[in-house]
Amino acid sequence: MTLLIQYTLIFSSVLMLVALGGCFAEHSGVINIGLEGIMVIGALGGALVLKFLPVTVGAPVMVIATVVVSALFGMLFSLLLAVAAINFKADQTITGTAMNMLATAAATVAVKAMNTAASGGNDVSSDIAYTHTKDLLLVRVGGFEFNWFMLVAVLCLIAAYIALYKTRFGLRLRACGEHPQAADSVGINVYKMRYAGVLISGLLGGLGGIVYITAGVSVWKFENGVAGFGFLALAVMIFGAWHPLKIALAALLFGFCRALGNVYSGFGFLLDMNIPSVVYNMLPYIISLVVLAFTSKKSRAPKAEGIPYDKGSR
Amino acid sequence: MQEAPYAIEMVNITKRFPGIIANDHVTLQLKKGEIHALLGENGAGKSTLMSVLFGLYQAEEGIIKKDGVEVKINNPNDANALGIGMVHQHFKLVECFSVLDNIILGVEDTKNGFLQRSQAREKVMALSEKYGLRVNPDAMIEDISVGMQQRTEILKMLYRDNEILIFDEPTAVLTPQEIEELLQIMRNLAAEGKSILFISHKLNEIMEVADRCTVLRKGKYIGTVNIADTNKAELSRMMVGRDVEFAVQKGKAHPAEVVLDVQNLTVPSKVHKNNAVKNVSFQVHAGEIVCIAGIDGNGQSELVYGISGLEPVSGGTVTMCGQDITHAPIRRRSVLGMSHIPEDRHKHGLVLDYTLEDNMILQRYFEPEFTNKLGFLRRKNIRAYAERLIEQYDVRSGQGPVTIARSMSGGNQQKAIIAREIDKNPQLLIAVQPTRGLDVGAIEYIHKQIVAQRDAGKAVLLVSLELDEVMTVSDRILVMYEGEIVGELDPKKTTVEELGLYMAGAKKEAKGQ
Amino acid sequence: MNKKRESLLRRDSVQTLLASLVCVLGGLIVGYLVLLMIEPSGAFEAIVAVMKSFFRYPGALKMKYFGQVLVRTAPLLMCALSVLFAYKVGMFNIGAAGQYCAGACAALYGALAWHLPWYVCLILGMAAGAVLGMLAGLLRTLFNVNVVISGIMLNWIILYLTNLVLGTVKSPTSPYTKTIQSTNPGALIPSLGLEKLFHNEKSVTIAIPLAIIMAIVVWVVLNKTKFGYELKATGSNYNAAKYCGMKENRNIILTMVIAGALAGLGAGLLYLTGIEDWETTISSVPGMGFNGIAVAFLGGLSPIGSILSAFFIQYITTGGGNVDLQVYCSQISSLISALIIYLCAFVAFFKFFIQTRLRKADERKAAKAAQIQEGGEEK
Repeated sequence: MTLLIQYTLIFSSVLMLVALGGCFAEHSGVINIGLEGIMVIGALGGALVLKFLPVTVGAPVMVIATVVVSALFGMLFSLLLAVAAINFKADQTITGTAMNMLATAAATVAVKAMNTAASGGNDVSSDIAYTHTKDLLLVRVGGFEFNWFMLVAVLCLIAAYIALYKTRFGLRLRACGEHPQAADSVGINVYKMRYAGVLISGLLGGLGGIVYITAGVSVWKFENGVAGFGFLALAVMIFGAWHPLKIALAALLFGFCRALGNVYSGFGFLLDMNIPSVVYNMLPYIISLVVLAFTSKKSRAPKAEGIPYDKGSR
Repeated sequence: MQEAPYAIEMVNITKRFPGIIANDHVTLQLKKGEIHALLGENGAGKSTLMSVLFGLYQAEEGIIKKDGVEVKINNPNDANALGIGMVHQHFKLVECFSVLDNIILGVEDTKNGFLQRSQAREKVMALSEKYGLRVNPDAMIEDISVGMQQRTEILKMLYRDNEILIFDEPTAVLTPQEIEELLQIMRNLAAEGKSILFISHKLNEIMEVADRCTVLRKGKYIGTVNIADTNKAELSRMMVGRDVEFAVQKGKAHPAEVVLDVQNLTVPSKVHKNNAVKNVSFQVHAGEIVCIAGIDGNGQSELVYGISGLEPVSGGTVTMCGQDITHAPIRRRSVLGMSHIPEDRHKHGLVLDYTLEDNMILQRYFEPEFTNKLGFLRRKNIRAYAERLIEQYDVRSGQGPVTIARSMSGGNQQKAIIAREIDKNPQLLIAVQPTRGLDVGAIEYIHKQIVAQRDAGKAVLLVSLELDEVMTVSDRILVMYEGEIVGELDPKKTTVEELGLYMAGAKKEAKGQ
Repeated sequence: MNKKRESLLRRDSVQTLLASLVCVLGGLIVGYLVLLMIEPSGAFEAIVAVMKSFFRYPGALKMKYFGQVLVRTAPLLMCALSVLFAYKVGMFNIGAAGQYCAGACAALYGALAWHLPWYVCLILGMAAGAVLGMLAGLLRTLFNVNVVISGIMLNWIILYLTNLVLGTVKSPTSPYTKTIQSTNPGALIPSLGLEKLFHNEKSVTIAIPLAIIMAIVVWVVLNKTKFGYELKATGSNYNAAKYCGMKENRNIILTMVIAGALAGLGAGLLYLTGIEDWETTISSVPGMGFNGIAVAFLGGLSPIGSILSAFFIQYITTGGGNVDLQVYCSQISSLISALIIYLCAFVAFFKFFIQTRLRKADERKAAKAAQIQEGGEEK
């Protein structure tokens, strides 16, 4: 039972962070299909910190360094989307798809090159191990492993809500996603705001990446990417109607489904039902499809999302 | 230099776009505290000039002076800093924001980065009181009337303490009563010392509210006159460059058999829960032009959707040439002889990425002339057909039949649609705002075509928002108000004033249906 | 001479080709830079190895590996056709990956569990892809769900489902499905002697010409028929299609059905050659469908262009295996293809750039001509 709660919380944290990231990008008017890729790159950044920083630096430094580097990696990678979608008015779906492919390929090439060089050609895997440093991220309370990233996720949630609805920045950002011409006419720089939206989504997506790969395991094989969590986060964002608080609830629900898939064997009655674990994995996607079917007619999606803003065509 | 300097002076402004000169050495001088009208037809360069003033475009030549000092306006921020504000023709409001949020957007007061809405609300309410601009600051834009949206736009300018207010075609979307209210607001603003630029092509309103008027024609500056010293005839002469014959040349109508019979038609609305068209009945005979008049948004579009089959109807019947087509698919109506010149040529009328020739066959591509038995297109026939229509209806384009429709001018796009719909040889021609956004030449041409169709014995149903068009083209006027037909008028016997009263819902015929 | 060159530049197809070449070049250059960063000394050799692909093998072996490249080109081409067909009708079929997955599932299950002959298995694969496509189409028309979003969801659902279903026909000792060769040779697509051209490479079958024929059929349907005219009109302007009486919703569903069938067929064309078995533990959707997106855009969204680009992408993917694995890794070619597809997103901008330059040149010329004329009048 504790295990179930623990997994639910950590998976929910991942989904919430990444979905909030998507939420910022979309509120600024850019669709971010590339979240999956951003997660991979963020995870890579964080994993490198965990691999190379010695255990002796202590928990606070380790947590902060991991967070900062993952976020930075995610932001840098999200620049690929920002440049293409904002400056060059490229199709955001193609760009996002390309970023997902690029991230996994780049991370694999990088990690393999690193491993190959370090081992003189003996280790050609795409694994990064962080067995000891990972413990610094955890606080054990009885059987429950509290992960500092859970706190980070909650802080991000509060910050996201305030930023979007209580500050000048949020008001302007949302205006750019709803009606960029209106924003422009009152002197808001739409390009800058969209850059901000995409970069924040990179930040949160990158964070989500490192949280995901440290969730249950202490070795990550980068060839596998992040196994669709970025896409699941997109579903969470849509399910959460682009609103941080609803996203948090959606993330809890989807995180729970995912956690069930991991630990269902610990529950007698679930084991008795003899449902293959893949069903639990499928569940979030099926739920979101069904929900989408019922909510898409009256979507609260930002109206101008996906449409490149062109100063000329006012 | 004895006079006070102008509040805004634009001297010799020239702005070019690829292929055209939108403003050719235009001068505009706005005195402090006056209402200055800017008159010109569509495409005369009014909007471009205002965009230059508002910093949306940069002029290639010419200078702008404020209070006698030359200024550079590179973007809306500069304009705002100089106290220039604008109510755009298409409102620049964020639909899912509140009125208050829209007003403060861009000039938000913050404390430690947090929005300070309560102070802003006080200021807005004070302004609203002072100028008689009724708004509910907490309502969402998507839920309020067009009139209130416009008042929000005006408050946006006042909130920024703008001294120079530009109104771009502000009356196009309003009811006569709302127009009256707006004109009064403009007078109030001018009395408080604001300088107002009023862009319009409606002579009545200009005569009523403006102090002076600058006229543009085809991008050129024609002149500036005092309203007190001029009249409508002179202004319109300046605007179009010749005496305008407001009357369309046409003979008497000879209505024959009923072609379209609409009985108790009810069409639900897509925007709100009520019906957009309520229990409407009328007939259109062969050889007559029946015009549906009314302010935009009173159910005219939905009525046409119901008749043409674009939206399902929830009650009543539509009969054409004796056949019940209430629930018939669109294709069947078309084959039966219904032609439809749609309201929005970009949304419905054309596939903009298709070539002109492919657009010309949009209603007939499936006929044996254009598709063989195996389902292959007969390109040679398509080309020949398109060439004939282009020739016959004088559709001008860069590369003839292979021109991409998107690259054509609005007037020629409309001509292409009209050619396609008329050449189908319909029994019933439905034309919805067929002259919207077109220049005088094109309007005249289209009116002639419509009258010619009538004279050829076709039934014509015309939907128009332009009073002049309603009065001159039609043989019979049906006025729609809030989804109902509130009156049937004879254009020869009625007046614009009477028509206006019906359109505003102030007058209603008792006869029921 | 100059004039001829310029008018050539004005042709849309030439611009597309040029843009694609720039993308390819950009991808290769960045790929080379990455190799340089990993280990400068062998980088040039490595990038040459990637670009040489099967040509580096001696003599007859060259043909054998050429054959293998072709075998994998066929499904890639089908996925690209699926993507571009839907794109022409205004939909981004990111679900091609899932439809491919469904095709593999049905074709392999038909072959391994029911022992059906190859043509029935192919049809099963097509049908499975078509059903998945139809689902996306129905969600779009009935519930207004964006096909990109539903496609992504369906991709994952179908991946897990496929693993579940094919898990019942997997070999007892490995995570892979049983081989068709040993279980049901009748499910292998016949080669009709084609393999003799390729040094008896067994996997070379009529799948390859079949894929090319499909590309031509797609081209004909889109460009020459009433059906294509209707579909493209629907994609370009849904409202106009409705206005002129086309069955716009039927067209959208039909398009997704066809797109799904193409991707499903693609999977059949690969797995029924026996060159590869399905790994029932994979944790992400096979890249074939996503690569199809790259191929479709690199090919300028033309079926014929896609034949070339599919071959090219497969060519360098195979080339990736040639690098010195002691130093580099074969994913370098995935990196290069990903870079190419990223750059493809800029194609519209690139073409716009060319067109603006051409128009500016025209305007300058026109202005010059006007000046000369004015001068003449003054005289």
